[in-house]
Amino acid sequence: MTEALIFEYRSEGRKGFVAGPDAVPKLPAEALRADEPTLPTASELEVVRHFTRLSQQNFSIDTQFYPLGSCTMKYNPRVCNQLAMLPQFLGRHPLGPVEHGQGYLQTMFELQEMLRIATGMAAVSLTPMAGAQGEFAGVAMIKAYHESRGDDARNQIIVPDAAHGTNPATATMCGCEVVEISTRPDGDLDINRLREVLGPNTAGIMLTNPSTLGLFERQIEEIAAIVHAAGGLLYYDGANLNAILGKTLPGDMGFDVIHMNLHKTFSTPHGGGGPGSGAVGVAERLKPFLPVPFVQRLDGRYTWATEEHYPQSIGRLSAFMGNSGVLLRAYVYMRMLGRAGMERVADFAVLNANYLMVCLREAGFDVAFPERRASHEFIISLKSIARETDVTAMDFAKALLDYGFHAPTTYFPLLVPECLLIEPTESESRHALDAFVAALVDIRDTAYSNPDKVKEAPVTMPVRRLDDVRAAKQPDLVWQAPGAG
Amino acid sequence: MSEVPDSCMYTKDHEWLRLEDDGSVTIGVTDHAQEALGELVFVETPEAGAAFGVGDACAVVESVKAASDIYCPVAGEVTEANAALVDKPELVNSSPYDDGWVFRLRPENAKAIDELMDAEAYNRFLAELED
Repeated sequence: MTEALIFEYRSEGRKGFVAGPDAVPKLPAEALRADEPTLPTASELEVVRHFTRLSQQNFSIDTQFYPLGSCTMKYNPRVCNQLAMLPQFLGRHPLGPVEHGQGYLQTMFELQEMLRIATGMAAVSLTPMAGAQGEFAGVAMIKAYHESRGDDARNQIIVPDAAHGTNPATATMCGCEVVEISTRPDGDLDINRLREVLGPNTAGIMLTNPSTLGLFERQIEEIAAIVHAAGGLLYYDGANLNAILGKTLPGDMGFDVIHMNLHKTFSTPHGGGGPGSGAVGVAERLKPFLPVPFVQRLDGRYTWATEEHYPQSIGRLSAFMGNSGVLLRAYVYMRMLGRAGMERVADFAVLNANYLMVCLREAGFDVAFPERRASHEFIISLKSIARETDVTAMDFAKALLDYGFHAPTTYFPLLVPECLLIEPTESESRHALDAFVAALVDIRDTAYSNPDKVKEAPVTMPVRRLDDVRAAKQPDLVWQAPGAG
Repeated sequence: MSEVPDSCMYTKDHEWLRLEDDGSVTIGVTDHAQEALGELVFVETPEAGAAFGVGDACAVVESVKAASDIYCPVAGEVTEANAALVDKPELVNSSPYDDGWVFRLRPENAKAIDELMDAEAYNRFLAELED
């Protein structure tokens, strides 16, 4: 059943509230509007029911297994939310004097330090508001670094074809030219091709390690050496950091700059467009260019580091310093885990992915890189099933919804046809993983016995299949009151 | 099996190219490519007069699954783009080799066309991809 828009809870002349005698400020007559605004007129009970029903229609980690590859949809412990919601944090005014917010600043300073140590970088800024902004900050720093040295010809960013789609977008936004290089059949980077494209125009290379193929790039030290020798810098897309937490450090691999999705790896709620956090970490040589503000400690006192202290900074990316609620949740999460707990995150994220991969392989599914160990995620290709039954990866994704599972990422990465990119995360039990395998096997059996049934799915969801072509061509985004416009 | 007309030459990125009587070449994406992309929702065509080198990204085809660059198969200057695709990008799906052409180009060096795959070689290439 679909839920009406809140604006459709409207009937002429009704009000859902009682205004107190002083509710209307004493504005001069010419400043008052003549007509009433087009607002919902729902009663309190209708509002409660409306939003409760919407929340019940959500597919969420709180209700279902959510193996959305490359998104790290893990459990967000309640305690992180509880502590971030303390009134002392909520009531702090961002423009208040630093003397009144030493506790908050200390928390943020310690978060910077924990992230710095967890990635092996020299300094961290928490300012970027989301992953894309973190990427932007990272490449902007690489550019600023080259320009500060008068090395102005370096405008090419090398991106492997297995990269996240945001990487070439980021490079383009920063005014760089994107040079795409291929991946070898075994999933590692084509290092000979990399050698060919490196040169005096190379600003840097953007890598995700483990890659979006769910594979750890084994030549990373050699890649770092030849990129540095050519005068370029290395950018680490932290999207897949979950796989290596406490195991190895991007700093040790030779990366100069990293962005971390705190909303993925450090377990703050995400999806639906935010709020997020794309904290950035840098090696020593990029420190002068960090986005401001961040927190510094001087003589035992915490203060904001600003343009005054870092005149070469790429500048400000948010009104204050990132999304403080998200940052606080990440802080609590890391404090709860500690050093040992962080390593267990990687242990179980990788164990769960490999367990699921082996179960699916033994059940007869085609794993994209069967000779490689998965990192925290892996790919199966449904190409042969699609060829034999006409049931595609998209049909599998829709059918999984009826089994109570969120669909994995479909048709990404682009290198593998009819693929599902599956990331179980460390949160899930073996029981949940086994149930997921059983569902995929059942859907495959149905694909061979009754393909139309799979093509009709989902049948239990509030909305069935959307006309995604029409949605892209004729988007209908604005609600209009009946008779208006 | 997807359609691969003998009258065209092909690239590994699934562009086709046809030499016209006036010496210009018409460029589009193959039947295999449109099939893999699914129904197109947007095509960005190059401006007439724009010059491209081999392998330059010169147009974009976007479906609900993915947005893909079209790479210029031979160097040259764009003479015309298919204006019909603005309102009807799905022409690439329904008629990839005729009504769904993307742009025309005056090649710098007509001989460069011979280095591309002919229909037979492209069919072999597609068969390898299937394995």
